[in-house]
Amino acid sequence: MEGIIFDIKHFAVHDGPGIRQTIFLKGCPLSCWWCHNPESQDPKPEKFIRIHKLDGQEYKKEETAGYQISVGELFTIIQGDQIFYEESGGGVTFSGGEPLMQYEFLAEMLKLCKMNHIHTCIDTTGYASLKIIEKIALLADCFLFDLKLMNHKSHQKYTGVPVERILNNLRWLDNNQANVVLRFPVIPGITDTTKNIGEIKSFIQTLQNIHQIDLLPYHDVANGKYERFHKENKMKGTRPLSDREMLNLKLEFEAIGLKVGIGG
Amino acid sequence: MMNARIKKLRNDSLTAINTLSPERAVLVTRFYQSELAQKVSVPVKRALTFKYILENKKICINDGELIVGERGPAPKATPTYPEVSLHSLHDLEVLHTRPKVWFRVDDETKRIYERVIIPFWKGNSQRDKMFALLPDEWKAAYEAGVFTEFQEQRAPGHTVAGKKIFHKGMFDLKKEIRESMEKHQLSADPEKENKIEELKAMDIAADTIINFANRHAEALEKLAQEETDSVRKAELREMARICRKVPAHAPETFHEMLQHYWFIHLGVITEVNPWDSFNPGRLDQHLYPLYKKEREAGTLTKESAIELLQSFWVKFNNHPAPPKMGVTAMESNTYTDFSLINLGGLKEDGTDAVNEITYILLDVIEEMRILQPSSMVQLSRKNPDQFIERAIKITRTGFGQPSIFNADAIIKELVRQGKDIIDARNGGASGCVETGAFGTESYILTGYFNLNKILEITLYNGVDPVTGKEIGLKTGSPGSFQSIEELLDAYKKQLNYFADIKLKGNVVIEKLYAEDLPVPFLSLIIEDCISNGVDYNAGGARYNTSYVQGVGLGSITDNITSIQYNVFDQKKISMDQLLKAIDADFEGYSQLRHDLIYETPKYGNDDDYADRYAVDVFELFYNAINGKPTYRGGVFRINLLPTTCHVYFGSVLKATPDGRKAFEPLSEGISPVQGADKKGPTAVLKSAAKIDHIKTGGTLLNQKFSPSFFKDDQSITKLSQLVRSYFRMNGHHIQFNVVSAKTLRDAQKHPEKYTDLIVRVAGYSDYFNDLGEDLQNEIIRRTEHEEI
Repeated sequence: MEGIIFDIKHFAVHDGPGIRQTIFLKGCPLSCWWCHNPESQDPKPEKFIRIHKLDGQEYKKEETAGYQISVGELFTIIQGDQIFYEESGGGVTFSGGEPLMQYEFLAEMLKLCKMNHIHTCIDTTGYASLKIIEKIALLADCFLFDLKLMNHKSHQKYTGVPVERILNNLRWLDNNQANVVLRFPVIPGITDTTKNIGEIKSFIQTLQNIHQIDLLPYHDVANGKYERFHKENKMKGTRPLSDREMLNLKLEFEAIGLKVGIGG
Repeated sequence: MMNARIKKLRNDSLTAINTLSPERAVLVTRFYQSELAQKVSVPVKRALTFKYILENKKICINDGELIVGERGPAPKATPTYPEVSLHSLHDLEVLHTRPKVWFRVDDETKRIYERVIIPFWKGNSQRDKMFALLPDEWKAAYEAGVFTEFQEQRAPGHTVAGKKIFHKGMFDLKKEIRESMEKHQLSADPEKENKIEELKAMDIAADTIINFANRHAEALEKLAQEETDSVRKAELREMARICRKVPAHAPETFHEMLQHYWFIHLGVITEVNPWDSFNPGRLDQHLYPLYKKEREAGTLTKESAIELLQSFWVKFNNHPAPPKMGVTAMESNTYTDFSLINLGGLKEDGTDAVNEITYILLDVIEEMRILQPSSMVQLSRKNPDQFIERAIKITRTGFGQPSIFNADAIIKELVRQGKDIIDARNGGASGCVETGAFGTESYILTGYFNLNKILEITLYNGVDPVTGKEIGLKTGSPGSFQSIEELLDAYKKQLNYFADIKLKGNVVIEKLYAEDLPVPFLSLIIEDCISNGVDYNAGGARYNTSYVQGVGLGSITDNITSIQYNVFDQKKISMDQLLKAIDADFEGYSQLRHDLIYETPKYGNDDDYADRYAVDVFELFYNAINGKPTYRGGVFRINLLPTTCHVYFGSVLKATPDGRKAFEPLSEGISPVQGADKKGPTAVLKSAAKIDHIKTGGTLLNQKFSPSFFKDDQSITKLSQLVRSYFRMNGHHIQFNVVSAKTLRDAQKHPEKYTDLIVRVAGYSDYFNDLGEDLQNEIIRRTEHEEI
């Protein structure tokens, strides 16, 4: 079986415990305004122009974001860093895009990792059918689960999909005692409103088993990528939050008894 | 926190001007001209020279210091060693005026050199004698930059104080000398007379250092009498008492031990100018028992122990490496004299050696933040995480210390070389990364070896294309190679040819040192010179190793890979076309150069396509050197480190198949070529671990990180886990190069050189090159901020 991935990050240190490899699966049902990986959204490979600078000259080359890779090939790459996982309590994180979009491929990967004692995390938007969530929950060791906006309308507007299914899936994972770390992208003017943060806290307080949240500060690193892929950057000009603002937010979440990290 | 005294001492050291002092050169010359010098054996003559210097040199005691003794008449007044290598008047002018690593030379010194030093030593220094004896093919290779020679301007060195010397006084050693003399006197050994002379010389050297300490005691007593401040008066009296006791007798207090070592250090670096100075080695191990004893007895506070250590640190910084010229300056262009203090590791019973002094020393290193001494941690599987994390927290402050070594690998390397397990566990690394059995081994570095120049000579069928001289073998025209194996076969022949020249040259040089320049004082320090009755320079130590240091593993791997990929495998270009582009320094071949840099597999990405050639070249180099006999009765071995020689070796090379332009630096240590590693540190470590580190006497790996990567404790933990992973793969050494804003600015201008640069952005990390320009600017600003 084959999947489509668009990147592999070695020495990933912010996508779950320990030193990890993060595999970026291509394709996402969401289209968040602040997406860091605009090239991740389309499920198919897409062309772009890679520019290398050398001695003041530019060298352009057409390249493809996204390529097919077999379960076996990918597993060999994952296994290549096993010594780092073992020393650090790390493993592999499947991210995207939305990794659950390629759930059959993902399930095969997770099975192989489980058989070989490699710790797995799924970095997900949570937007998938419950059946898929149930299936993957049996195989994955940990979910990094995004909570963005609680309001139905806003969620639809800024991510392109409704929020209910995501919240239902999260409740199911909570009820079934899955290991979940929440991730809250703090997007100035969009997700960091008092109202949204209040609603998120209220929702979290209804959960039984989930006690950890990572606050992901907005950053404008992806500006270059939007240009490279000729995609509209709706966030242009947005200023990231200061360290102090992030710290205040951290204290706010800690006040309801959560373990809070900044930046995962 | 540093107290006012230490602040002053530190500042005095930092602001002292590097000068060249003629004092030692004058004393050596005067003694060599004396009648006495003509009447005695060579070892005794050397011991009496040592005696003459230490009896007549100016005693320097700096205001407020607690540990006394300077090699020159003042801090950073640096002596010369004309019996090893003679500076010409032109050299003195160069030293005085060169922009980097300069030494001020006053007119009086120049006059003394012109009238006294040069006339006596011209043609008679070790260097002059050496160059008169070495064969033409050696000189041709040396001049072409195929290899360097460590012993042309500095005496054989590279050794470290072991456990023994911290627990014995000179009177104990004199007793050992007497016993050895008695033993040898009764033997039928044909070398008996030489051994007796050597032992006599060692005995004179022991007395000399005792008298030298007594001269300090007298000066201190005088100062104490004159001192009006009662606290300082008491200090001076105590220091005088200590100088009367050590190094004559074994030290029994913390302060005594530091002063004891320091006199021995001065003895070693005054007798001659051994490479990589000298070094107390496993300082935390040596100091801990006395520290514990004194703390329990209430005779020492933690604060006073720290103050003594800080005062000790300043002494190292007062002693720059003796002035180097020419190739020696190019290969090691620094004031640092590589006294590398070892911390942690294992005790001789194989258990965790980290103790309270280890952590105190780490605090001292962090707070002192001075060039010398260098420091490192030995990390074993058995050491606690707290230890390595504490060390990395210092590294993140960005001054490159301490570097991190694999204690378990060092022990394996030493045991593989045939050392006793106890000697191995008492060992460590010195200089840059060089493995040694401390106190029992003479492990002499003999010179760097230019692995890439050999390829160039191979590609030009034995000719050095920079000079047009034929200096190698005729191994076939480059167009005649049908496969990379054929090219590698020719490379192997050239490599073996030049390795043989280097090793034969070393035999000449080692013999010259053994016969003409014995070191009876150093021989006292290193076991078993006394019981063997044989000098350190003649093979008297328990273990004798001579190293040849390979340079540019990353570059040679990428060069061979490029030829395999572009010429033989993908057939993108013919060998002749490639050589034409190289001849043109890629002028008019910019697209080709781009492809060689960006579209060709590279070492450092955990890609076997390239990495297998790192292993191939490593094995060829290993087989050319390892195990060959030396003059001193030991064997040659390899290690892989550059100091600054990758710059010099690059400067003798035309453009290379990896896209590097002519005369630019090569890769350093076993690190990838700058910018060639694109998959992050785990891939670099895996590539670097493919060579068998245990077969070496040290490898050097640099890994760059932005200071902001080290921001939180979690990153420190993950870096320590990264290190442990590398060490589990038998990696020998790693150092984190925490990069500055200046570098980041350069990275903006030349992104191709910095594709491996990882920076912390905002709660996550990324490659600097992948960031937009505005974000880069922001990080640069942040970095500048952090540097303040």
